[in-house]
Amino acid sequence: MNIHEYQAKALFEKFGVPVPKGVAAKAASEFDAALAQLPEGPTMVKSQIHAGGRGKGTFTNGFKGGVKFCKTKSDAKDLAGKMIGNTLVTIQTGPAGRKVQTIYFTVASEIKKEYYLAILLDRATSKPVIVASTEGGVEIEKVAHETPEKIFKVLVDPSWGLADFQVRQLTSGLGLGTAEAKGAAKLIKNLYTMFWETDAAMIEVNPLITTPSGEVLALDAKVSFDSNALFRHPEIVALRDLNEEDSKEIEASKFNLSYIALDGNIACLVNGAGLAMSTMDIIKHFGGNPANFLDVGGGASQDQVIAAFKIILGDPNVKGIFVNIFGGIMDCNVIASGIVEAVKEVGLKLPLVVRLEGNNVAAGKATLANSGLTIVSGDTMADAAQKIVELVA
Amino acid sequence: MAILITPETKILVQGITGDFGGRHAKLSLDYGTKVVAGVTPGKGGKVFEHNGHRVPIFNSVHDAVAATGATVSVIFVPPPFAGDAILEGVDAGLDLVVAITEGIPVRDMIRVKRAIAGSKTRLVGPNCPGIVTPGPGPQSSGGCRIGIAPGYIHKKGHVGVVSRSGTLTYEAVFQLSSKNIGQSTCVGIGGDPVNGTSHLDVIKMFNADPETHGMILIGEIGGNAEVEAARWIKENVQKPVAGFIAGATAPAGRRMGHAGAIVGGTEDTAEAKIAVFKECGIEVAVTPSDMADALIRAAKAKGIALA
Repeated sequence: MNIHEYQAKALFEKFGVPVPKGVAAKAASEFDAALAQLPEGPTMVKSQIHAGGRGKGTFTNGFKGGVKFCKTKSDAKDLAGKMIGNTLVTIQTGPAGRKVQTIYFTVASEIKKEYYLAILLDRATSKPVIVASTEGGVEIEKVAHETPEKIFKVLVDPSWGLADFQVRQLTSGLGLGTAEAKGAAKLIKNLYTMFWETDAAMIEVNPLITTPSGEVLALDAKVSFDSNALFRHPEIVALRDLNEEDSKEIEASKFNLSYIALDGNIACLVNGAGLAMSTMDIIKHFGGNPANFLDVGGGASQDQVIAAFKIILGDPNVKGIFVNIFGGIMDCNVIASGIVEAVKEVGLKLPLVVRLEGNNVAAGKATLANSGLTIVSGDTMADAAQKIVELVA
Repeated sequence: MAILITPETKILVQGITGDFGGRHAKLSLDYGTKVVAGVTPGKGGKVFEHNGHRVPIFNSVHDAVAATGATVSVIFVPPPFAGDAILEGVDAGLDLVVAITEGIPVRDMIRVKRAIAGSKTRLVGPNCPGIVTPGPGPQSSGGCRIGIAPGYIHKKGHVGVVSRSGTLTYEAVFQLSSKNIGQSTCVGIGGDPVNGTSHLDVIKMFNADPETHGMILIGEIGGNAEVEAARWIKENVQKPVAGFIAGATAPAGRRMGHAGAIVGGTEDTAEAKIAVFKECGIEVAVTPSDMADALIRAAKAKGIALA
C-alpha cells in the first residue's frame, strides 16, 4: 500500500526523522491557512500523487512541473492554484496522468549536499537492507548502472536489529563530518525503527540532505507498506487514498479478486497468480494485448465469477474475453455454470473463449456447449489464446 | 524414490479443524496420505473423522509427535498465527514443515527464517500449494499429498517439478501425465518473497535423487531465485532441465498476485531470467503449453529416458 509524501513525512516526524516544516492543503480555500503556518520566505509547492517524476511532469492544462520552488509564500499560493484539481502527467503516471487533490507546502531548505537513503527487503538474504549513496537527488538506477561503487549497503540481522557499528559504516560511507554524522546516525536509526515497526515494504529518501547549518533532513519521502501486514496496522490503513487507485481494482478487492488494469483489449479471468501472469504472456506471444491481470483464486464462487465479468466489462477498451481455468480442487462444471450465469446476467456481446482443464472437465465443457451462448472452447492454453487473439483482431 | 516425502511419511495437520485445513486433510486421506494427527490448540482429545479414517487431534505439535511419530507438518493456520505455527513445528523437531498459508507478513517471515536457521527442520513455503509424491495406484493414489494440489493429475514416475506457482505446476504435471511421463516429486515453493526453500534447494535434491531423471523449473518475475538455480545447474547438472518464467508482460513495480511477483529492477524481469536460462543450457518453454514438450526436447538432446 502506498501513501503520499505529506503522509510519509508526518510519519517521519512521529518517529524522529527530521523533515522541513510542511503543511498540506486539500483545496484552494485551505491555502491561506496552510501557508500561515510556515515562515515567510522560500517555499516549495509540491503536488501530491502516488507517483514519482513529479518535478519533470506536465499538467494537462499546460502548466509545467509538479514540484516548484517559490521565493515567497505569495508566489507559492499562485502556483498551487495552477496545480490543485488539475491532472499531472509524469513518466510514472502513464499518459492519462493523475489528478492532484492535495498540495504540500514546505519551507525550502538550503542544500549543502544531497544523498540517497533507502530501506527495503533484500530478497537474496531475507533480511532488511539499508542502501545509501553519496549520489542523491538523481535516479538511483542510473547510479547503480554507471557508478555502482558509490552505493553501499548494510544487511540488518533480524535477531539483533540495526547495530551501531553498521550505522557508523553508513555515516562514514556518506563522508559526513562529525556533527552531521551524529544527526545522520539518529535519523537512520529512527528511520529503521519506523521501517520495522510499521511493517513497511520500502522507504526511500531521495534526497537526504545536509544543510549549511549542519542539519540532516529528509527532503523527500516515498513509503510503501506490506499489504500482508495491514491487518495489524489500522493507523496505516487510515492513510489509504482511494482516489489514487484504479476503481476497478478497488471493486475487485471487495470480492477478494486480485485484479490489475493494463492497457490492452483482451480481458483475462484465471485461477492462480502464476497461471494468470502466463495467460497475459501467452496473449502477447500470439500478437494480442492483455487488458488486465485477474486471479479469481482457488475457490471462486459463482458470485465472484459474475463480479469478475462485470469488472472486466467495465473497461471500455475490452474487445474480447479469455477465461483460463485449471480446476484443481475446483470443479470445472461449477466454473462453467458460473460463466453461463454471468454471461446471461451481464449480457455479453464480445467474443468469449474459455479453456477449461482439470477436475470434471467433461461436464464443464458440456455445460458450455449446451448453454446456447456463443462461447468458443480452447483445448490447450496455446490453442485458446490463438483463438481469442484472432477473434479480437 | 522421490524427495522430501514418500508414501510412508507420517503427516500432521496444523489447523485441521478449520474449513480449509479440514477440506484438504480429507483429500489427502482419500489420496492415501498417512495423515496421522491434527493439531489445534484447545481441541486436543477430539477426533477428525473421514471415510473410515479417525485422526486424533492434539493441543500441540509436541504432543502429536510424541503420540504418533509424525515427522512432517502441513500448516493451514491463518496469517496472524502462522509464523508461530511454523516455529512450533520446528521446536518439535520435525524433519519438514510445509506452510500453505498465504498472507503472512514479510516481517514475520524474516524473523521466522532467522529463528529457524541451523535447525534440522526444512521449511517449504509459505504461500505454497505443497508437495506431492505420486503413488502407484489409480490416478496416482497411494502416494503422499501435502497441501492443496489435485492428486489425480499426477502419475508416478521420474520427473521432478519445482515451482513458485500452484496452477502453473498443475499445468506442467497434467501435460507430463497426459504424455505418460510420470513425476518423482512435485514441490511448490510458493509465491512469497521470503520463503524457506528455494528453487536451488530443490534442484540439488532432484539432482541427487537417482529416481529423478529430468526436471522442470517454473518461475516468475521478482527476486533472483531462478537465476541462482540456473547458474548452479550449468555447473553441476547433467540431467535434462526445462524452464518457464511467467510474467513477461507484467508492468514493473506492481505486485502480480503473489507477494513476491514484483519486478524490482532490470535483473528480475522475465526477459532477464529467460536469457540466463538459455545461457545455462535450460530448455525454455516459450508458452505454458510447451513445458512438457520443452523437457522432452531437452531429454532427447541428452539421450535420456524420462519415462
